[in-house]
Amino acid sequence: MGRNTGLPETLRHLRITADSAQEAWPDDTGCGVLHIDMDAFFAAVELRTRPELVDKPVIIAGSGGRSVVLSANYPAREFGVRSAMPVAAARRLCPHAVYLPPTRGAYSEVSAAVMAVFAEFTPLVEPLSLDEAFLAVGGALKRLRTTPVRIGAEIRARIAAEHGITCSVGIAPVKFAAKLASGMAKPDAMVVVPRDQVLEFLHPLPVSALAGVGQRTNAALERAGLRTIADVATTPLARLRRVVGTAAGEHLHALANGDDPRPVEPDSPDKSLGAEQTFDVDQGDHDVLARELLELSERVAATLRAKGLAAKTVVVKIRFADFTTITRSRSLPTSTDVAHEIQACAQALLAANVQQGSLVRLLGVRAEGLSTRDSGQQLRLDADEPRWRDAELAADTARDRFGTSAVRPASLLRWSSTDRARAGADHGKTDTDR
Amino acid sequence: MKIRVERDGLADAVAWVARSLPARPSVPVLGGVLLEAGAGPDDTDALTVSGFDYEVSATVGVPATIADGGKALVSGRLLADITKALPAQPVDITVDGSRATITCGSARFSLPTMPVEDYPQLPAQPALAGELAGDTFGQAVAQVAVASGKDDTLPMLTGMRLEITGDTLTMVATDRFRLAMKEFTWQPAEGMEDAAVLVPARTLAEAAKSLGSSGTTVRLGLSSSEGLLGLSGAGRYATTRLLDAEFPPYRQLLPSQHTSRAVLEVGALAEAIKRVSLVAERGTQVRLEFADQSLRLTAGGDDEGSAEEELPVEYEGEPVTIAFNPGYLSDGLAALNSDRAELTFTTPNRPALLKPTDAEGTVESGYLYLLMPVRLPG
Repeated sequence: MGRNTGLPETLRHLRITADSAQEAWPDDTGCGVLHIDMDAFFAAVELRTRPELVDKPVIIAGSGGRSVVLSANYPAREFGVRSAMPVAAARRLCPHAVYLPPTRGAYSEVSAAVMAVFAEFTPLVEPLSLDEAFLAVGGALKRLRTTPVRIGAEIRARIAAEHGITCSVGIAPVKFAAKLASGMAKPDAMVVVPRDQVLEFLHPLPVSALAGVGQRTNAALERAGLRTIADVATTPLARLRRVVGTAAGEHLHALANGDDPRPVEPDSPDKSLGAEQTFDVDQGDHDVLARELLELSERVAATLRAKGLAAKTVVVKIRFADFTTITRSRSLPTSTDVAHEIQACAQALLAANVQQGSLVRLLGVRAEGLSTRDSGQQLRLDADEPRWRDAELAADTARDRFGTSAVRPASLLRWSSTDRARAGADHGKTDTDR
Repeated sequence: MKIRVERDGLADAVAWVARSLPARPSVPVLGGVLLEAGAGPDDTDALTVSGFDYEVSATVGVPATIADGGKALVSGRLLADITKALPAQPVDITVDGSRATITCGSARFSLPTMPVEDYPQLPAQPALAGELAGDTFGQAVAQVAVASGKDDTLPMLTGMRLEITGDTLTMVATDRFRLAMKEFTWQPAEGMEDAAVLVPARTLAEAAKSLGSSGTTVRLGLSSSEGLLGLSGAGRYATTRLLDAEFPPYRQLLPSQHTSRAVLEVGALAEAIKRVSLVAERGTQVRLEFADQSLRLTAGGDDEGSAEEELPVEYEGEPVTIAFNPGYLSDGLAALNSDRAELTFTTPNRPALLKPTDAEGTVESGYLYLLMPVRLPG
C-alpha cells in the first residue's frame, strides 16, 4: 500500500526473476510466509485484450470529473502516475496515456481465479484485497516436497500462463517482511528475505515501511530523530512509548526487530462492510445528501443480505469540501440488514454532524458489529419492520433476475447510478499496488 | 450575600439540583446553580438553590441564617463536589463581587461567580393536576421507565406517556420491543380535565427517584399550553418540558387473548436466565420451552457453548418454544415487583404479556409488561 521502496543494491542477490539460476536462489529455510501481489492488476487485466498497448502508458479510470486512477501500468508509472491519484493530475503528468474505463466485474472474476490457484498450494490463504494475499506455506512444504521459493516460482508461472498477468512475490519468515519484499520485487519478480538476514533487510529502510506508520506517526518519529527502522530497533522501548504512545511503541519496536506475531488467517470473516461515494460537485443540499445516504444504505444492506449478515452499528463517513473528514457511529437497538433502518440511523448521524449549507465532498455508510442472520431476530411491536425487510428481499430477487436497476426506491429513480461519477468500480476500490 | 446553613441540608440540596444540570452545557451559565438568600417558600429565611437548562428546572429551599440577602451563580458541579466533601459543621457562604467564599470548619473555598443577569428565568410551577403518595409515584415511574427507548433518533419513544382520565392515572412507555404500562387511581385536582402528555422518561425517572421517598406526597402540575410538567414534594420543585411528539397508538397492540398461560416464580426464573444467558452472546436470545408443568431454558449453540436449565412451572397450553432477549425479559421480571408472575402468549412470533400475580397465581391488576419475542431461525 504505497510503501514500495526499491531493493537496496546490497541486497540485489535476494531478487529472483524467471531467468534466475536455481543455484543462485537465496536460502529460504524457515520462510513460511508468501505475500503475492498482482502487478498493476486492473491495467494488466485490461491489457490482455489490448496487447497492442502493452508498451504504452495505460491508465484505468472512471470518466467522472472527480474520478481517480484505479490502476496504471508500469510505462505510465514512469511518468509518476499512481493509483488513487485524481485523473486530472494523471492527465497533467501523462497526457498521451491511453485512458481506459474499468470493466465492471472483470477484476473480481480474475481475482477469484487467482485465489483459487493459491488455494491449490495451501489452505492458508488470507486475501487482503482483490489483488493481493498472504499464503502460509510452512505446512505444505513436506506434503509437496518443495520449498517456499519453488512454490512462489510455480504460482508466478501458472498465473502468467493461465491468466496472462504477472505478479510479484515476497518470501519471508514473517508477514510484514514478506509484504515489504513483494513491494521491492515489483514488477514480475520475487524477493526472498532469508531468516538470518531479516534485520539486515529491514534496518536500512525508512520508518514509513513499518506497518502502522502513517503520516502522523512518521512525523512523531521524525521529530524524535528516528528515520530508519534501525533507529527504531535500537531506541529503548520506554522512549519509543513516549514518542508514539504505549501500544504503537510496543508494536513498532517488535516489528523493527523482525518480530511479527500475526499468523496468516484464512477467510477472516467480514468485520465491517461499506460503500462510499464522491460527488462530482460538492453538495450542500440536504435532500441530495439524504438520497445519497439512501443509495449507499441500499447497497450496504443488499450486501449484508447477500452474505447472510446483520449489523449492530452504523458508521457514517463525511468528507467536507476542505477535505476535513469525520466518521460518526451509532449502535442500533437490534442488528439489522434492512436498508430502511440503516438509512434512518445514517440520516440522524448526518443531520447531527452536517450544518445546513456546509459542502460535502464524499459520503460513506459502513455497517459494523456484524453477526450472522441465523441467530434469531428481535421482533417489534409495530409490524412495520418485517414489511420493509420483505420489500427489500423481494427487490433483491427482482434485481437478481432483471439486473440492478430493476427495482429501486422511488426517490432514487431519477438518480441512476450512471449519472454519477463512481469513486471507483467495485465499490470504490483501487489497485492496492501503487 | 452573607449566610450560614447546615452542611447536610446544603449538600443534599446542591447534589439534587446539580444532578439535573447538563453534562456539557451549551453556554457556561447553564452549568451553574443559582443561590438566592431571602424569604423562602414559607416566608422563613432560606437559601434557595436552583438549576435550569431550558429543559429541566429544579429548585429546593434550605433553612438558613441570613445576614445579607442576595443572589449568586456558581458552577454546579464544583459546588456539589465541595459541599459533599465538607466536614459536618455549619457552612458560611459569602459573596463579594465576583467571588463566592465558602467556609466550613477550617476549610475555605473561593469560587468565581457567573453573571446572574445572564441566567434564564426559571419557569413557574404549572397549575396543580393532582397528587399521590411519593412511594407509589416512584415505584410506578420506575416500573414503566424501564421500557422507554434510549435512541434519540426516535424522540417519541424516549418519552413516558401520562394519561389522566378522571381519577385514573396511566403511565406507558415503549421502545417498540417491549411496552410497560401502569394504571392506578390518584387524587386529581378540583376541576382537572382529562389530559395526555409525553414526558421525557429519563428526566421523570430521575425526579421520581428523588421525590418518591416514602411518607411524602408528590404533587403533579401540568400546563399543556406552556408544554410543562411540574413535580414537587418534600420542599423540592422540578419542572420538565413535555415532548412534542406523537406517542404510538398502543392500546390496539395489547393482546386481548392468549392460548398459553404460565405462572412462574420470578426470583428462580430471573436467576436461571442470568445463568443460561452467560453463553448467549450479547443480545442473542434465551429459548423458553414450555411443556406440561415444566419450563426448559436454553441458550447458546455449538460454537459459543450452550446452557440449559429446567424449572417447575404451572402451565396451560400446547407445548411451545418461545425465545426472548434475556435483557428485556429480566428487565420485565424485575419491574413486576412481585414474587410470582403470569406469562401469557399465543404463538412464538406474537407479543407475550407479563403480569404480577399473588401467591395463588391470580393476576394483580394495574401493571403489565408486553414483550416481543425473538423470531427463531428456520
